[in-house]
Amino acid sequence: MSEIQPLALSGLSKAFGGLHAVAGVDLSVRPGERRAIIGPNGAGKTTLFNLISGDLMPSGGRIVLFGHDVTRLPSFRRAALGLARTFQITTLFPSLSVLENMLLAAQALERTKLMFHRPLGSYGHLYARARAVLESVDLAGKEGETAKNLSHGEQRQLEVALALAGRPRLLLLDEPTAGLSPAESQMMAALLRTLDPAITILIIEHDMDVAFGLADHVMVLHNGRVIADGSPEAVKADPLVAEIYLGTD
Amino acid sequence: MEFWVIQTFNGLSYGALLFLLASGLSLIFGVMRIVNLAHGSYFLLGGYVGLSVVWRTGSFALAMLAGGLAVALIGVGMERLFLRRLQKQELAQVLMTMGFALIFQDLALLIWGGDPYSIPTPAWLTGSLRAGELVFPRYRLFVIAVAAAIALVLWLFLERTRAGAVIRAAVDDEEMARGVGINVAAVSMGVFALGAFLAALGGVVGGGFIGVYPGSDFEILPYAFVVVIVGGLGSLEGAIVGSLLVGLLDNFGKALFPELSYFTLFAPMAVILALRPTGLFGRA
Amino acid sequence: MPGAARRGGWVVAGLGTAAVLLAAAPLFLSSYPLTLLTQALIYAIFAMSLDILLGYTGLPSLGHAAYFGVGAYAVAILATEFRAGFWTCLVAAVAAAILAGALFGPLAIRAVGTYFLMITLALGMLVWGLAFRWVSVTKGDNGISGLERPTLGPWSFADPTAFYFLSLVTFVVSAACLVVVVRSPFGMSLMGIRESEARMRSLGYNVWLHKYLAFMLAAAFAGVAGFLWAYYNGFVSPVEVQLVTSVEALLMVALGGSGTLVGPALGAGLIVFLKNFVSVYTKRWLLILGGVYICVILFAPGGIIGALKRRPR
Repeated sequence: MSEIQPLALSGLSKAFGGLHAVAGVDLSVRPGERRAIIGPNGAGKTTLFNLISGDLMPSGGRIVLFGHDVTRLPSFRRAALGLARTFQITTLFPSLSVLENMLLAAQALERTKLMFHRPLGSYGHLYARARAVLESVDLAGKEGETAKNLSHGEQRQLEVALALAGRPRLLLLDEPTAGLSPAESQMMAALLRTLDPAITILIIEHDMDVAFGLADHVMVLHNGRVIADGSPEAVKADPLVAEIYLGTD
Repeated sequence: MEFWVIQTFNGLSYGALLFLLASGLSLIFGVMRIVNLAHGSYFLLGGYVGLSVVWRTGSFALAMLAGGLAVALIGVGMERLFLRRLQKQELAQVLMTMGFALIFQDLALLIWGGDPYSIPTPAWLTGSLRAGELVFPRYRLFVIAVAAAIALVLWLFLERTRAGAVIRAAVDDEEMARGVGINVAAVSMGVFALGAFLAALGGVVGGGFIGVYPGSDFEILPYAFVVVIVGGLGSLEGAIVGSLLVGLLDNFGKALFPELSYFTLFAPMAVILALRPTGLFGRA
Repeated sequence: MPGAARRGGWVVAGLGTAAVLLAAAPLFLSSYPLTLLTQALIYAIFAMSLDILLGYTGLPSLGHAAYFGVGAYAVAILATEFRAGFWTCLVAAVAAAILAGALFGPLAIRAVGTYFLMITLALGMLVWGLAFRWVSVTKGDNGISGLERPTLGPWSFADPTAFYFLSLVTFVVSAACLVVVVRSPFGMSLMGIRESEARMRSLGYNVWLHKYLAFMLAAAFAGVAGFLWAYYNGFVSPVEVQLVTSVEALLMVALGGSGTLVGPALGAGLIVFLKNFVSVYTKRWLLILGGVYICVILFAPGGIIGALKRRPR
């Protein structure tokens, strides 16, 4: 059990024109940590995730993932190191079946994904993996359904399942409860609590019950900067946080 | 020396003609993101309508106006009745405009027959100006003047009027434009009418020096696309610079390397695309 | 599930019947319909190759005739100038098409949506320009004529029936290859790219590489179609690489139903027959073809296969 640090950011910045969406964020994440990232709309949370995942390239700073400097690497190379993410706006393969969605996720990090002469159906272990993950997110009965015909709640579950299929070591969850009813949010929170404790998780969440229930660490972003960082209790007690965030929400 | 001056002049006059075609194509693309394969047909139909008007009335000015307006009406019809319902379906739009291009081609053949014609030009535009050894046909000077005037009017319209500002906003960001209450549907229709009008005007003007003949629609269409690709989609400056560049490259290519003349046109385009996928003046 | 199985049964039965009919066609067709059927098979290969890009990967290429044309020109030049034989021409046609795809791919696949359309259109025009103007190699507008049908060992394909069987075998082999590819892990990945590039990237796919491979695969089979076409027509000219040919291939795919392989083959057959039969009765063939374009878009956006799939429910 070597304890390589999953993620370290130093001075990470992203500017869009004159707007500093992320302005010099430093962050180091311990293995197995569950950290919530909160902050008002426009605080730069999703931009921060996009920088970590490689969907955006930073204007400055460094990103170190499992000991590798990935600052300039494309996102698929970061995924190969054990990073997975979900999107705030559900991003599935809409006209494929749920099982096909999962097969794509399950083969993503396998060498066999470039095979073109053998039918996909002959790779039994991918089907097993796909079905096992579907089972774990309560979608086992839906595998034949077309993804776009799922309910919104089920789509959010599939969103998480896609990220889990590749056995990630670091998982970025961008508002997994976005658009869910309170009851569905509770179910999602329960589902997230069942995840393997070895997976390091960063989660952006507006639902404070979900965020504080899952996380052992909370970081508050405001205007692209970290303004508080610590245990949920300490952050809740922070007067600055209460003023600019918890108070205004 | 003479060779260079004359070829440059010919290149500029052909570029001027291309500008009439490409400025509208670029605007249509900028606002609606439609790859309009019927744009060459507007050029063709404009030329034929102009031809008929000159035959009936003898007035070249009337031909330009009538050709432009008739085809603008066709453009509006296409946009309102057919293309509007295909928003954001790039492929369906392309196939639809191809269908129209084929229909227009065949209708023109049915109505005007297969013979090539030249549109008779007014007496004051025939003949040429001489400067020492150099000979400049008056009609080509006229083409350049028309294109320059149109470019100026378009620029004033886009930069100095409210309607122009609205179009620019729609080019920049359609969703945003919709968000701030701009009637994008009306803008689309107006831009389509304007684009078709300009292309048809080009058809009439071009009828005086390259002629009106079956097949000219698909012959000139690639040039218009190259202009738009090189200049950048939805950019007036791009259309101006692109037209002149393409006109010159084409002329010098044909004169210097006749074997590779299209290559001298398309290869620089490929290079520009490789370096700047959005064209010289385009925004992402 | 039982519904899907039943539908699968119908598909197998339909394909089986089609195979038997195609194999037996020379027994009951006279030579003119047989040449049309040959033409349909060649265009079917071309349309299926385009479907790899359009229907599976979601890349609407507006310049696919370039690869068809490069293949056809390779055969025409080698066969007339160098008396090259069957295999040399086949390999050269496919290699030339792949090479063109390998060169153009990087320019095209960095763009998406309408920009992809524009760039593929421009690259297609580049090839057309060469065919049209590079007279010393391509004979320009006159085209290259005098191609004779090839021989292969003891067989000569000069006879229309023999050439029909050559086309049929090539079609079956090509279709089989493409079916294997689209059902493979790689084929599934292409569909994933069509559905969501962002998700594919974050899952760990090199989207660029997959698109590039798809581009070359599509070019290769367009080259195969071009190879047959050169021999079939006995004449290759810039018409083969012009924009109208590229768009016609798109129409074939859209008419049949993109993303199905069977659909584009069907669409190719329909357009070929329509073209030839209608032009017998009227000179207004283009008017009718234009109408077909518009009707397909308005009334059958999913193509024939799309319409059939919706039916049983």
